[in-house]
Amino acid sequence: MLDSGLGRCYNAPSRRIERGAGDDCIVITELAGILRLPLRRLFMTRGAAIAELPGIARESRRNILKMIFEAGSGHPGGSLSEIDILTALYFRVMRVDPRNPRWEGRDRFILSKAHACPGLYATLAARGFFPVADLLTFRKINSRLQGHAHVMTPGVEMSGGSLGQGLSFGVGCALSARLDGLDHRVFVMLGDGECDEGQVWEAAMSASHYGLDNLVAIVDRNRIQNDRFTDDVMKLEPLAQKWEAFGWKALEIDGHDMEAVVEGLETAATVQGQPAVVIARTVKGKGVSFMENNPAFHGAAPNEEEFQNALAELA
Amino acid sequence: MTQSLPKVATREAYGQALVELGRENPDIVVLGGDLNKSTFVHLFAAEFPDRFFDFGPAEQNIMGVAAGMAASGKVPFVSTFSVFGMCRPFDQVRVGIAQPHLGVKIVCTHAGILTGEDGMSAHGIEDLSLACSLPGFTVVAPSDAVEAVAAVRAAAKTPGPFYVRLYRPATPVMHSEDYEFRLGVGDVVRQGKDASIIATGVMVATALETADALTSRGVSCRVINIHTLSPLDEDVIATAAQETGGVVTVEEHLSHGGLGSRVAQVLGRKAPVPLEMVALQGYTESGDPALLIKKYHLAAEDVEAAVWRVLERKS
Repeated sequence: MLDSGLGRCYNAPSRRIERGAGDDCIVITELAGILRLPLRRLFMTRGAAIAELPGIARESRRNILKMIFEAGSGHPGGSLSEIDILTALYFRVMRVDPRNPRWEGRDRFILSKAHACPGLYATLAARGFFPVADLLTFRKINSRLQGHAHVMTPGVEMSGGSLGQGLSFGVGCALSARLDGLDHRVFVMLGDGECDEGQVWEAAMSASHYGLDNLVAIVDRNRIQNDRFTDDVMKLEPLAQKWEAFGWKALEIDGHDMEAVVEGLETAATVQGQPAVVIARTVKGKGVSFMENNPAFHGAAPNEEEFQNALAELA
Repeated sequence: MTQSLPKVATREAYGQALVELGRENPDIVVLGGDLNKSTFVHLFAAEFPDRFFDFGPAEQNIMGVAAGMAASGKVPFVSTFSVFGMCRPFDQVRVGIAQPHLGVKIVCTHAGILTGEDGMSAHGIEDLSLACSLPGFTVVAPSDAVEAVAAVRAAAKTPGPFYVRLYRPATPVMHSEDYEFRLGVGDVVRQGKDASIIATGVMVATALETADALTSRGVSCRVINIHTLSPLDEDVIATAAQETGGVVTVEEHLSHGGLGSRVAQVLGRKAPVPLEMVALQGYTESGDPALLIKKYHLAAEDVEAAVWRVLERKS
């Protein structure tokens, strides 16, 4: 095991306003109904300042590398490309309660590209869903942190590992929320290579058919899939127009510009009458020079030297 | 004897039962795939339009949406034909429903070769094998309309994933309305000492017909209805084998993976006795269901021949 620290849990400062699903929570939820969005979000989200987010993301990048190096396998590229978006979601945009992961009023985040779970685990740990020290059990026997995301992990909403299934699951969550009169939002993160799966488009069609404006899809457009560049495997462009043709509002953002990420996610979440997709232009392996835009690090762990060099770059 | 019984389609009884269940439990929702008159869930849709969702023939998406709804506290019933509800979306059922053990109820009609003229693509003869291969899935093949209603009621109140196998044509109703269905418990419908005929689904009627015919020839057959294939009632099977010394299994499903295979596993471990399987050996063709039953050796005379073979091997 590594003896170096895994960083800190960022949840502590917000404890006062995140007392969970007890009585406080009911009061807050009722208040939120009266006060509407902006104030409600102040109560229930971590509400981190945008300037605070890049530092949290950098720490998560370091943890992603530590987890995968320690495990000897895993998917660094897509974890590093998605991590700025995950950080914005869990520390700023979404309502969640780390001490009560199944709280009914939580916003849902569904990682459809479930191989990129190191990014999700690092974020959940930083947010306080489970101890940061647990990250080093990733992919090991008797761990809650499986090689592909599974619901046994606190905070993980969906078991994945077979691409193309998350948006359908999100449609089910969004339809249920509407049936129950609940106002939480559902965010689904897809890989760009994952959009080769036909089920994504079945789900996309059904989401707009049912007018699910409580559903936001995010495409991690890092342009690399398992074997090679997406353009070489299967052309996706014009991607935004594809989503629009399926009845979605499409936004395109720089997935590493934290201000653009936060604004894009919040704008998408307020679209009325139709679902919205945020196509986030990202860099596979972002933050580690030799992993960036390198298909070799889609699903391979760094060796000792690469690992040390990567940590040094992220110091 | 069974030929003189009134006939009711299991799918029609299901559709009516689902409406009653809908009145009793507001969390029940129904998902269909453009076959809603054929599966009789249009009855539910007419009474509960807000809790009914059609996705068109997009079965991968349907299973994912149902998983999301189950994870949101709903009791989703998915209905389509057996080839489209188990064979086609098997991966979505495996990763999305079975692995997280979500309470999705898959009730499929048009199973087996009784779908007749539509031909081999429409003959769901692998569905029991597929469903039984999934850990944690409850799998029921009702023998008539009364048992179908009981099975669907059991599905609604049993936690976890559930598969129910129904048919297109009207089939003989053997059970009276006061029949007490016990999930997971094999039903000894006739006592006997010379051999045991263990049947499932619509073939229970054939098993009874065979037992009647053999009685007049001095052979006493025990008849057991295995309506629940998973979890399997191993005790009733092992006891029958020990007390009668020989077993014939009867199903209109492939021999591998279905009832015969399941029973063979029990006999091999607990009570090795001569076993004959009356089942399909391969793919079929279009035709009148009654003629298919004869051509593919699933008629009462084939069951009787299997019993004689068992009696010969016993001696």
